[in-house]
Amino acid sequence: MFRLAVIGHGFHAVGLDSIARPIGRLPSSRRVDGRGDANTLISVRNLSKTYRRGSEEIQVLQGLNLDVDAGDSVAFMGPSGSGKTTLLNLLGGLDVPTHGSIRVAGDEVTSMSAGKLTAWRGRHVGFVFQMFNLIPVLTAFQNVELPLLLTRLSKSERRQHVEAALSLVGLADRMNHYPRQLSGGQEQRVAIARSIVTDPTFLLCDEPTGDLDRKSADDVMALLEQLVSSHKKTLLLVTHDPRAAERAQVVLHLDKGVLVEAQTTVGEQA
Amino acid sequence: MKYWRLVLVGFSRKKFRTVLTIGSFAVAMFLFGLLAIIHLSFNQGIEIAGADRIIVMNKVSFIQPLPLSYDRQLADLPGVRQVTHATWFGGIYQDEKNFFPQLAIDVDTWRQTYDEFLVSDDEWKTFAADRQGAIVGEITAKRFGWKVGDRIPLKGAIFPGDWQFNIDGIYRGSRKADDTSAFWFHYDYLNESIPAGSSWKNVAGWYIVRLKDSGDAVQIISRVDAMYANTSWQTKTATEKNFYADFAKQMGNIQFLILSIGAVVFFTLLLVTGNTMAIAVRERTAELAILKAIGYSDTFVMMYILAESLIIALIGGLLGLGFAKLFTLSGDPTRGMLPLFYLPLNRMLLGVGAALLVGAIAGFLPALNASRLRVVEALRKV
Repeated sequence: MFRLAVIGHGFHAVGLDSIARPIGRLPSSRRVDGRGDANTLISVRNLSKTYRRGSEEIQVLQGLNLDVDAGDSVAFMGPSGSGKTTLLNLLGGLDVPTHGSIRVAGDEVTSMSAGKLTAWRGRHVGFVFQMFNLIPVLTAFQNVELPLLLTRLSKSERRQHVEAALSLVGLADRMNHYPRQLSGGQEQRVAIARSIVTDPTFLLCDEPTGDLDRKSADDVMALLEQLVSSHKKTLLLVTHDPRAAERAQVVLHLDKGVLVEAQTTVGEQA
Repeated sequence: MKYWRLVLVGFSRKKFRTVLTIGSFAVAMFLFGLLAIIHLSFNQGIEIAGADRIIVMNKVSFIQPLPLSYDRQLADLPGVRQVTHATWFGGIYQDEKNFFPQLAIDVDTWRQTYDEFLVSDDEWKTFAADRQGAIVGEITAKRFGWKVGDRIPLKGAIFPGDWQFNIDGIYRGSRKADDTSAFWFHYDYLNESIPAGSSWKNVAGWYIVRLKDSGDAVQIISRVDAMYANTSWQTKTATEKNFYADFAKQMGNIQFLILSIGAVVFFTLLLVTGNTMAIAVRERTAELAILKAIGYSDTFVMMYILAESLIIALIGGLLGLGFAKLFTLSGDPTRGMLPLFYLPLNRMLLGVGAALLVGAIAGFLPALNASRLRVVEALRKV
């Protein structure tokens, strides 16, 4: 039984296995046409992002609309430079858009101050990166515990949460290992445990299998899939790997900053 | 407290570099400790000078004497509680390197003027009755292994001849900073030995005047100097504090020298530590970005880096000052040039404060850069 009580964040006690968010099943076309209903968890409207490189202006995202329901798993694919990671960064509050709106669970992310945005990220977003980005001098347990240090949980409560998260990713017996003592796949699973330990509103995974061999990649994707199917987590995934993408319920393609195609995977059609 | 582990484990990243940086601090703070000892030793008199004592000396120079007759005249001035005098003897004990101050003093008035120096009544009584008697400070007694009853020969330099003294007592200070390196003996023994007609006959090196009220010092100083303005033995009178300050200046601008060396040491330390912290932040760009991504604030990241810098400074500072303190326990290595060779607590605390200040300044810029780190850019560089 995996239960998380994010008391420090002022949430009610919740558990990954007890979250009863409605699992939306928007038709794929509706996900990007800007007509999602009020029940969507993530609602993106007219999102644009422009970078300046010297005198040159580079438009990475152009008027993008997106609706994601709670419990959805969405994979973003596209060529390099298409804006996938930029979109993920904007959704995760790591970057601010040039125009447009991002609403997550009723919160307008784009209007938050930097400090508020940081706190919001801690509460609502679980990040998984390609390079795992574990702190090498901390054990797996301590790495997973990091987000919980920001909460008001007691030491024993933190321990319970960390052990539960590590058990969920199958690394309960590796909690005292340092990252250098783990394989790449295990490191990524620790990173996933770190991302879910606070029971965030949604997970953002940027090329989570990009640095893994086929077997480890499959394991990691199976784990993410399990988080969605069994624990009703909402997952947004950027990947170049079609095999990883096909495990998502929906695959959206980005090209030159525009969502050009909405494709429902076989699983969803079924 | 829950964040301390995060800070402390940071030091295990690059152990060798951490040790070197702490070592830099330790060496610098050891040097600081030594400079503080030297500064203190040169300025000891200034710091503990009696507020109610003024020194009357020859206007021409400290080494020129004043007539013995001034003793009575000074004592008769209103507001004066006690007058005594001292004369620099400048004798050599076995070897010129064995320096320690020897003063011919007025036995009847000395003890009442300098009541911070402690001698037992019995020893003083023996000393007073023994024309060749001497009272020696405990530092000097310890240095040469002298004890009460020993007979000490001194070779006169200013006052030629082979002089013999009996150690009748050992004095100690009532305060840590009191100088217990001096050797006191009877002025009468000296004066009687000087042939009639000598310019050193019936003169004293300087007078020490103890006042009834220290608030009268300025007025009495003016009065003394005015009293002897038109004589062939003009005086220069000053509070004991100013007297010691002038004396210290004669040794050169020690303060400036110490400050200069200290400033160079701290500036170098600042560069070393600043560079170390900058490298540490650069190496951990991704980690810091992750911390921010998962909800740690800019302020936290800044304090995290600053805390590392401060801990390095604190450990290095304590080590260096600790070694300096240990070094003082073996006594004055300069054979009497620095009789007060010790590192007091207030100087150690000043040292710790200075170390922390350097740590804070050195860590500030890297910490600021870390706090300004943009997660997206930082992760893109990895």
